[in-house]
Amino acid sequence: MRLTQGTFSFLPDLTDEQISAQVQYCLDRAWAVSIEHTSDPHPRNTYWEMWGQPMFDLVDAVGFMESLAECREAHGDRYIRVLAFDASPGWESVRLSFLVNRPEHEPGFRLERREMSGRIIRYTTHSYATDRPVDERYGRTNGAEPEAHGS
Amino acid sequence: MGPETVGGGAGAADAADGAVDLRALYDASGAREILEQLDRELVGLVPVKRRIREISSLLLVERARREVGLSHEAPTLHMSFTGNPGTGKTTVAHRMADLLHRLGYIRRGQLVSVTRDDLVGQYIGHTAPKTKEILKKAMGGVLFIDEAYYLYRSENERDYGQESIEILLQVMENQREDLVVILAGYADRMDHFFSANPGFRSRIAHHIEFPDYRDEELISIARTMLERQNYRLSEAAEDALQEYVALRRAQPHFANARSIRNALDRARLRQANRLFQADAGPLNAAELSTLDEADIRASRVFSGGLGGAGREATAAAPADPEAPPDSEAPPDPGAGS
Repeated sequence: MRLTQGTFSFLPDLTDEQISAQVQYCLDRAWAVSIEHTSDPHPRNTYWEMWGQPMFDLVDAVGFMESLAECREAHGDRYIRVLAFDASPGWESVRLSFLVNRPEHEPGFRLERREMSGRIIRYTTHSYATDRPVDERYGRTNGAEPEAHGS
Repeated sequence: MGPETVGGGAGAADAADGAVDLRALYDASGAREILEQLDRELVGLVPVKRRIREISSLLLVERARREVGLSHEAPTLHMSFTGNPGTGKTTVAHRMADLLHRLGYIRRGQLVSVTRDDLVGQYIGHTAPKTKEILKKAMGGVLFIDEAYYLYRSENERDYGQESIEILLQVMENQREDLVVILAGYADRMDHFFSANPGFRSRIAHHIEFPDYRDEELISIARTMLERQNYRLSEAAEDALQEYVALRRAQPHFANARSIRNALDRARLRQANRLFQADAGPLNAAELSTLDEADIRASRVFSGGLGGAGREATAAAPADPEAPPDSEAPPDPGAGS
């Protein structure tokens, strides 16, 4: 199941050239860009891991693309997103957030129904990937073929 | 085919017969304004200006060649600026960044000015991220490394500066279209630096030397500085300043235009003090903006100067702020006090 999150989520994945152009747009507006990655793409998981610090005072997107390449090298099997922060109102607020990397195989989510008393049902979204330890979530190290769910 | 239409920057190449109008290219790039600004704003520095004109013609021709398809490689644009302190290296570097930007050799035209402390870390593993961070900020523009020879410390072979040098060299070689590096520093120490790091010398295309200013050029610089702040010198003060320049040059830590700027700052301080102490009723604009002879003559430079024993700071002349704590005497032979 293809994960859709953030801006451009219903477009095909951006090419590097397009990512670079988007980042340049942010930098031209003096927004600070940063890179985050996660292996737990649950929609309510807002706290992804930071890759380095937010890049303040950047002028050209080339420097950003270098960092992104490093992050992909280390975490190419995870979701990676770009955040752009605008500090002009006096606090940092996210102006733009989009995915720039996704695992080759995305197992997706299942809906869990929990039956409570009195015919009440509680619903939970559960990511198949998180059933495994962090390093094995996208079928890299544990040898076993990741079973094909959803899509 | 038709008559040349001057307009769009890239449109200067005539696609029909592959001809390029250099003049149109020059006008469209806006390089002329920068060069004229250099001439107008910078006193003296004739050899520097000549070199910059040469470089800009070279770049213009190179760009024309590229448009006709004669050259494809990004040219090496790294430079070294050598000269004594206060000879305008930083100012020229700013103009150079502008110029390269207008000629289309760098994408953004920002200048990131750093020294050793910004590049080299304190402990193992600290240097590479620090240097890379700076490089990221400089991408698309010019990285200006002031006092670049501090990067290399020959007395300590495990100095972290070496690590920074290696990263810099790599980027200077592989990302020539993304970044231009300008190294700056005193001539003799830069020579030593280059001989110890041959990699740098071979990657630097343009060596530009900044000569010391002559006395009358310094006076003219002083006049411009004061004009910008709406001050003026009385005639006697101007004579005093000429004497001051001649005396100051012979004393240690002479930093050309920077020394003059500091001298004028202190003169303004004394003038303010004089006006306040005199307490002679209402002042008009002319009195408020005139520096008098006394304001200049009160300087320590006239009473034996800054060297050795005269080093204790008086209230009127605070310790010379232009001398960095570990700077040695400039290569001025007459520097003894």
